[in-house]
Amino acid sequence: MTATPKPTPSQRSLAVAPPAGSSRSSEAKRRDTSDAGSRNDVGLGGLLAAKEVIVVCGTGGVGKTTTAAALGAMAAARLGGRVLVLTVDPARRLATAMGLTELSNAAVQVPASAFAEAGVTPRGELWAAMLDTKASWDDLIRRHAPDAKVRDTVLSNPLYTNITSRFVHSHDYIAMERLNELHSSGTYDLVIVDTPPSRNALDFLDAPARMADFFGSRLLRWLTVPYRSRLFTAASKPFYNIADRILGSRFLQDIAEFFLLFQTMEKGFVTRAKQVEGLLRDPRTSFVVVTTLETAPLVESRYFIDALAERRLSLGAVIANKVMPASLSDPSAAKASAAMRLRAGELAELLQPTVAATEPALPLATQTRIAGVFGEIADRFDDLSVVAARQSERLHELMAATPTVATVPTLEDDIHSLAGLLQLGGYVWRSL
Amino acid sequence: MNLLDHRLLFVTGKGGVGKTIVAAALARLAARADKRVLVCEMDAKGSLAAAFESSPLTFAPRELSPGLFAMAMNTEDSLREYLRLFVRIPLLGRIGPLARTFDFIADAAPGVKEILAVGKLCYEVRERHYDLVVVDAEATGHIVSQITAPRAINDLVQVGLVRDQTNWMLDILEDQRTTGVVVVTTPEEMPVVESIELIERLNTTTKVAVAAVVANRVLPEPFGRGELEIFERIDSIGRQQVIDALGDAAGAVLDAAELAVSLRRNGATHLATLRSRLPPDMLTIYVPELYSRSAGGRAAELVATALAEELL
Repeated sequence: MTATPKPTPSQRSLAVAPPAGSSRSSEAKRRDTSDAGSRNDVGLGGLLAAKEVIVVCGTGGVGKTTTAAALGAMAAARLGGRVLVLTVDPARRLATAMGLTELSNAAVQVPASAFAEAGVTPRGELWAAMLDTKASWDDLIRRHAPDAKVRDTVLSNPLYTNITSRFVHSHDYIAMERLNELHSSGTYDLVIVDTPPSRNALDFLDAPARMADFFGSRLLRWLTVPYRSRLFTAASKPFYNIADRILGSRFLQDIAEFFLLFQTMEKGFVTRAKQVEGLLRDPRTSFVVVTTLETAPLVESRYFIDALAERRLSLGAVIANKVMPASLSDPSAAKASAAMRLRAGELAELLQPTVAATEPALPLATQTRIAGVFGEIADRFDDLSVVAARQSERLHELMAATPTVATVPTLEDDIHSLAGLLQLGGYVWRSL
Repeated sequence: MNLLDHRLLFVTGKGGVGKTIVAAALARLAARADKRVLVCEMDAKGSLAAAFESSPLTFAPRELSPGLFAMAMNTEDSLREYLRLFVRIPLLGRIGPLARTFDFIADAAPGVKEILAVGKLCYEVRERHYDLVVVDAEATGHIVSQITAPRAINDLVQVGLVRDQTNWMLDILEDQRTTGVVVVTTPEEMPVVESIELIERLNTTTKVAVAAVVANRVLPEPFGRGELEIFERIDSIGRQQVIDALGDAAGAVLDAAELAVSLRRNGATHLATLRSRLPPDMLTIYVPELYSRSAGGRAAELVATALAEELL
């Protein structure tokens, strides 16, 4: 479990994650070898040093959770202070990579041994927690319930679990709520949160406002009018009739009773939702969008970038993940590939003694066979360079649209250790 | 049985694995086989429309090409239709404010939104409006609650029309010759892990059958039999000779082939894990990495062709 992801061949000479405080020149050199174009690639080191809350967003499958963890690991290693990574739906591997057996709602510190294994002496502390929606809701109810009776009735309501896991995008709300709680506790210098995979990337931005709206809604007021008088309210009669026929009055009543209790907590919830919204707008908060250079994630990212601007929320950086090595887009490499195909026979003649005779001997390595392999090598280069060319074009489009774009190369292996996280973090870091 | 002989297919997978493209490709294939097909987008992100190069999809199905219809799920519209068809409430004008307030109820009450969506799909199947309904469904995290909504409602709602109607929905969903889930994955760690977990959860908590697993973007073997060893020798002991002959840039060409080898090897490991955890008789379809477009009509067409080779 301690394998470091092998960097792509173009970064071969720099295979080991640099320890904290490695010299600026080697850092710069590494960046130069990995970037397709780094005009506005100023890195995230400064951003993490300046902000207190980083919200990492992006569509599914782009490596959002891992990137959030990598940013946290780098911040703890290089900046110091107490850094918390709050993840929503982490792979078990992520916990293991951080030297933890499992993640839970309560934050745990990444052990020094995990850093030692990565050959790093961190300047600060790295903490990690996982969002547990149910436990977080229970905490909220305990905090806002006016008395023990309401608290216990709500917590034991059979609908409660179902409802909290669904209504008003409660997953999104609870993530932001927990973020606010952790930030305002004053325990951490930096909180990095990885956002839930939403149907709509914007749901979590709007979740606090929705929560406040919900308590002010006519429906809630109507539902919580005593059951009998509701029957006689002319305006609600058609609705009630229909709802009754569809859902059955018993079920509707169950829901009403639950919300009646819930309404006693309105003030606490609304105040809190406004605080959470304030935190998202706070200048100490910044958003980082993670994307790959595939079509669908890019469309989502552009949409998200626009939505942040529309809401006047601060976009700190865009991280383009899984980027093919720049050498694939190099015209001289394309020429070499063409020459390799053209001169395959000649190369085979030249290489045959070396290839076939080295122990253990490869008797099947005839010149024809070797020439065929050279053709295959050129084909593999061409396959990947098409992908790289497309990526490079998209990267430039992205750079034209956003101030800071950092790139992370395609790693050959999955990340299994803190060293791997630090290496990934290293690509987006670059000290200013 | 042939995958396309089902009546209702839910295509799901972890975000980013290409489930929309696979759903679009399955629909295209079925239409090519002269079936009348409805393809439905559940999440309103518009990527299904992109896979057909179509303008945004609506709740009312639109015929995109002969026999191929597409729609986007919308629970409010589904509710209206439901009220009109089953509760026989013709007063559409009065439902405006109802729909707004309904949204809150649907948010609050477990399974209501899901059942309106699944109910609409089952209805199309029951009425035999189409030979096949392909659903670009929710991602792995949500699909189970969607598919089990009729069961959940059945348990929660003791009386009323909704309960009466869950029975025929369950008949459709739980008949494995009628309904199947298609799980799409890529040869990467997280998608494979999530797919295995999903299949286990479907098997243990539902009676809905998994019809197929689609491994998308499978990298081809970069070298044929016996060629890999030759490549490795060229790459290691022969590297300098190649560079001497072709110039420094030849190193990047060898690096690219090396990258292709290790990406393939990594992917093969994950595919082996997937295979080892699937029932041996599970239909598993491999769609190669196309090194081409990953979205849009052209990509859907290429994936359809690749699927056809495996299916027909």
